[in-house]
Amino acid sequence: MTKKVTVVSFPGTNCDHDVEHVAANLFGCPVKTVWHRDLSLEDADVVFLPGGFAYGDYLRTGALAALSPIMSAVKEFAANGGTVIGICNGFQILCEAQILPGALLPNSHGTFCSRWLTMEVAGASVATQGLAPGTHISCPVAHGEGNYFAEEQVLNELQANDQITFRYTSGDNPNGSARDIAGICNKARNVVGFMPHPERACELLLGSDSGRQIFANLLG
Amino acid sequence: MTADLFMTTQKNSIKRTQRVQVFVRLKPAVLDVQGKAVESVAHRLGYENIENIRVGRLIEFEVPAGADAKAIGEKLAATMLGNPVIENTEVLVG
Repeated sequence: MTKKVTVVSFPGTNCDHDVEHVAANLFGCPVKTVWHRDLSLEDADVVFLPGGFAYGDYLRTGALAALSPIMSAVKEFAANGGTVIGICNGFQILCEAQILPGALLPNSHGTFCSRWLTMEVAGASVATQGLAPGTHISCPVAHGEGNYFAEEQVLNELQANDQITFRYTSGDNPNGSARDIAGICNKARNVVGFMPHPERACELLLGSDSGRQIFANLLG
Repeated sequence: MTADLFMTTQKNSIKRTQRVQVFVRLKPAVLDVQGKAVESVAHRLGYENIENIRVGRLIEFEVPAGADAKAIGEKLAATMLGNPVIENTEVLVG
């Protein structure tokens, strides 16, 4: 059964079209895009918070977006077990909204990082079901604040609960994130946030289609 | 006094607002990349004995004179101005 997709757009979001394209054109899903001031997710099966620069990263990246009116509906949807995927800025927004633990700090080397890399599946979630731990996914990163941070105790809990969903491959951490974390999920595994952009790696024409595995899980 | 001068005198003698300052600082355990960049340039400029530069944020605003400025500031700081995962906040009034 095709999944109904809702993409949330904030002022400054610019990766919504890439997610819409993958969902609608590659997976044939009905896609709606809602605005940050809307109050309804429009009967969604899967909700995406895409990448970009919501509110220009003012105050803190994701901080103002996390306080948008639509986020009440996102929190409720997530609490009821709905699938919520935060990509890059979307991951930052999920952490600011405390739907996911931790925070994303500026990259440790002090520069915006825009390049291809390989992340690997590290744990079970709605995005990674059926993918063996260690499965490689080649995709681009493009971020200035991807350095995942949480207190040691929280990191240990994430590790113990198998909530670290994606890791950068050894030696290729682009931002200094703790324990090479590229993405995490909540305890119930229905909310996943990650910094890389697998939605840009769904067609060979664009360099890689290894990102399709994630979307096949979410939208197939 | 003319009406204009009377009103101006009234306005100047009643302070209608009080100023609140919220300082937001990264927690000590958090890597401050911006601070490190500032520090390396400061050292290059010759300030060799400065260490541990940390860059924070100051948010200032006004509230009505009779309001509980400290409480308002602390609430805004906790809900929005600082991220409790990575930052501490300090509220000063006046």
